[in-house]
Amino acid sequence: MTEPATRSVIIEKEYAHPPEKVWRALTERSLIEQWLMKNDFQPLVGHEFRLRSEPVPNWDGVIECRVLAAEPCKTLSYTWGTLGTGTVVTFTLTPTAAGTHLRMEHSGFREDQEKNYKGAKYGWQSFLGKLEGVVAGLE
Amino acid sequence: MPNAASSVFRALADPTRRAIFERLSRDGEQTVHVLTRHSGVSQPMVSKHLSALKRARLVGHRRRGRETHYRARPQALAPLVDWINHYSAFWQNKLDQLEDLLERMEP
Repeated sequence: MTEPATRSVIIEKEYAHPPEKVWRALTERSLIEQWLMKNDFQPLVGHEFRLRSEPVPNWDGVIECRVLAAEPCKTLSYTWGTLGTGTVVTFTLTPTAAGTHLRMEHSGFREDQEKNYKGAKYGWQSFLGKLEGVVAGLE
Repeated sequence: MPNAASSVFRALADPTRRAIFERLSRDGEQTVHVLTRHSGVSQPMVSKHLSALKRARLVGHRRRGRETHYRARPQALAPLVDWINHYSAFWQNKLDQLEDLLERMEP
């Protein structure tokens, strides 16, 4: 049986800071909160934690996660569960002359999930706010 | 913009129609009477809005006895929902915030 096709978001970025410092920002609770979300993260494989963003209608803002890999200053990977979908976020750190190259891959988006009921519920909230402008652009 | 997406945008551009669709999404199946009670417009107007939502395939209906029950079809929003774009923008923003944080942190 073949797995259904999946898609990923990949973002690569250079930071003028050493991998040790980037690793701290990715793995210490108070620091994670400052760039990502409130959380109860621990860098231990198997640890289950939650990321919390502002609730919106039809979504409580909670992302259920589980640590898959945590190799200090090299790799951090966790599952990313929202609204019945399971995707995976992986950060890979590589030292460079200037600091750190960070590769973030958010993988496992399935075509059928994208079109499912819950995905639509989540997505349409954010587009409604921009609706008037888009509609004006149609004319 | 694909036709499916623009018909959905047009259907939801009206605030009363949007409110009806949101109510059906939130509370499940409803009759036109119940929808009228909450909408602040007349029953013929609610029926007209429901027809527009049905044309955009945002609302489905079934008859039970003398009443017609309407339900949201959020899957009709699929042309508008692009998770890949959503998450690309999300992570770009977050990784920029990470850079700001790194600047603020002690070495």
